[in-house]
Amino acid sequence: MSETKALESMIGEEYKYGFTTDVEYEDFPSGINEDIVRLISEKKNEPEWMTEFRLKAYRAWTEMEEPSWFNATYEKPKFDKLQYYSAPKNKPKLNSLDEVDPKIRETYEKLGIPLEEQKMLAGVAVDAVFDSVSIFTTFKEKLAEAGVIFCSISEAIQDHPELVKKYMGSVVPARDNFYAALNSAVFSDGSFCYVPKDTICPMELSTYFRINNMNSGQFERTLIIAEENSHVSYLEGCTAPMYDENQLHAAVVELIAMDNAEIKYSTIQNWYSGNEDGKGGIFNFVTKRGACRGDNSKISWTQLETGSAVTLKYPSVILQGDNSVGEFYSVAVTNKRQQADTGTKMIHLGKNTKSTIISKGISAGKSDNSYRGEVKISKKADNARNYSQCDSMLIGQTCGAHTFPYIESANPTGKVEHEATTSRVGEDQIFYLQQRGLSEDDAISLIVNGFCKEVLKELPMEFAVEANKLLGIKLEGSVG
Amino acid sequence: MLEIKNLHVEVEGEGTEILKGVNLTINKGEIHAIMGPNGSGKSTLAKIVAGHPEYEVTKGDIIYNGESILELDPDERSHAGLFLAFQYPVEVPGVTNNTLLRESYNTIAASRGREELDPLEFDDYIREKLELVDMKADFLERSVNTGFSGGEKKRNEIFQMAVLEPALALLDETDSGLDIDALRIVADGINKLHHEENSVVLITHYQRLLNYIIPDHVHVMIGGKVVKSGGKELALELEEKGYDWLESLATVNGEAK
Repeated sequence: MSETKALESMIGEEYKYGFTTDVEYEDFPSGINEDIVRLISEKKNEPEWMTEFRLKAYRAWTEMEEPSWFNATYEKPKFDKLQYYSAPKNKPKLNSLDEVDPKIRETYEKLGIPLEEQKMLAGVAVDAVFDSVSIFTTFKEKLAEAGVIFCSISEAIQDHPELVKKYMGSVVPARDNFYAALNSAVFSDGSFCYVPKDTICPMELSTYFRINNMNSGQFERTLIIAEENSHVSYLEGCTAPMYDENQLHAAVVELIAMDNAEIKYSTIQNWYSGNEDGKGGIFNFVTKRGACRGDNSKISWTQLETGSAVTLKYPSVILQGDNSVGEFYSVAVTNKRQQADTGTKMIHLGKNTKSTIISKGISAGKSDNSYRGEVKISKKADNARNYSQCDSMLIGQTCGAHTFPYIESANPTGKVEHEATTSRVGEDQIFYLQQRGLSEDDAISLIVNGFCKEVLKELPMEFAVEANKLLGIKLEGSVG
Repeated sequence: MLEIKNLHVEVEGEGTEILKGVNLTINKGEIHAIMGPNGSGKSTLAKIVAGHPEYEVTKGDIIYNGESILELDPDERSHAGLFLAFQYPVEVPGVTNNTLLRESYNTIAASRGREELDPLEFDDYIREKLELVDMKADFLERSVNTGFSGGEKKRNEIFQMAVLEPALALLDETDSGLDIDALRIVADGINKLHHEENSVVLITHYQRLLNYIIPDHVHVMIGGKVVKSGGKELALELEEKGYDWLESLATVNGEAK
């Protein structure tokens, strides 16, 4: 009941994160060329090798073509009009929270992101990225005691260059795809996490991304390394103001797990999705990939994708180490005119590797929701196993759901199972629950929560309630 | 308590008339049985009283506690104390019985200004109710009607009725598909739940349910109308004679109007 009440209190706040913050920006001229790339690197006082990394990526990008193989149509971003770097003015390195621009702090308070440590959710360390720049990382000291490095990627480039140099681009090479190449050239900030050998990260790590500036793209870069016998759980949340123009978000996330290490990566994505007619909203074109480098390692992706006008996203796992495990749990909700083409890739290279894919797609309004997944079992991957389950739920008569599974097996001992279902939230189901006293919106919320249960239970506890609420709000009034 | 006046109903958008002037009065504390052959409009009547959106009332009225409820949404009717035990209970995968019932109970309680129960209080409350329909506690953690046998689904409806304590319960063919033991359990449950402050309407094909639950009034529906009403002995007469002898009554009445 408390959940229902929370839902009701939010009625009328269609997208409650749509406000803008009025801060002074240090802006770059629009458009992109080698000088801009150099300028970004210079601004950030980067070492030579980093500048070279960017320039190489930029040159590769200029030779690449924008992809169009997915199930979505939209007006391509105008790359020469975008701003590739945008940072709140006067942001030298901060030593304490008091030095953060009060307006930015206020923004995070409005979003419910607890920057002040005393107000923090128990045991969650937060790195907040505002437009392109990391604003503040909390709980740094406590994490340092455990030997965990958690900071912005810019700081990591300065303070831990050997680690960044070794791992950045090792899972998602700059040439990997059009958007990864662009990101590699112009990324402005992001989060970095290093968990040393035999260490269990003492708290949940969290990054909160906020796009504020209207014309800026957000290109953040996340790199997480879990050494032997270590464990880390990481969560990212995303919001943006409402603008009529589309904004581009092209992130790259790389995860590396060594022997017996485990990384759990969760996303609650609630970028602005555009209005009823499909005007505005974020283009969410991200490349997320994890490498299970070590034996018995495990990487688990959990995502709740509710926002963005267009989402193209396939968090993947490369299962190199023997007995390594890859998991993908996904709920993708589309409403109005949103388009989502999302899924995963599980690449089995090691022996006895195992992957699980649970995907729940919910489409409402005039939206289109596609699952696209690839399971690849290489020649040497003896006894590899995959289980995939892709369920789609339709609400109303004007939305679409699609499933595109690709399976490729070069080893006869491999075992791949794929199950798929499609259901429609029916008038009878809603009537039944209404007869039991629930409002129409609560009925839909309950049905959808039941449908997604297997995935939602994978989210860290602190965020499960938030996820439930978000689903309810997202689908409010979707049955006309 | 419930007064149905000259109720005419069509399927929304189709124009086929299903109910052709139903009149029925149910007073507080009474048990009514509505019988009739397939397609006579019994189940439709129950769904319309509960507010199913598929149907359109073209004429007449439904008065509940002195006020028309035609404009009320199904959830508002539920808050007012109306309960429908479904002929075909709907599956809700991933949602436990416990979750649904707590949400239902608290929503209805809140709408009546009663105190809501927290999960622990609710657990105590709901366990007492389980005994009424002879169900085990693990039943609470199963998804609503998902993978239930036909008999379990019907028992679940009566269990929900026990938890929500409606003022007026419409039981749509709750007896069909039950074996004799299950029928006895369900009937016992209904008898225990009935008291002088609430009313029960049993919609059924068969007289056998009425061996366990004694109705105050029996009505026969044929062709979208109530063609005959009487006491409990009418059910026995139907058992013996079938519905044929009443068919002519329906036609005569129809032409008379």
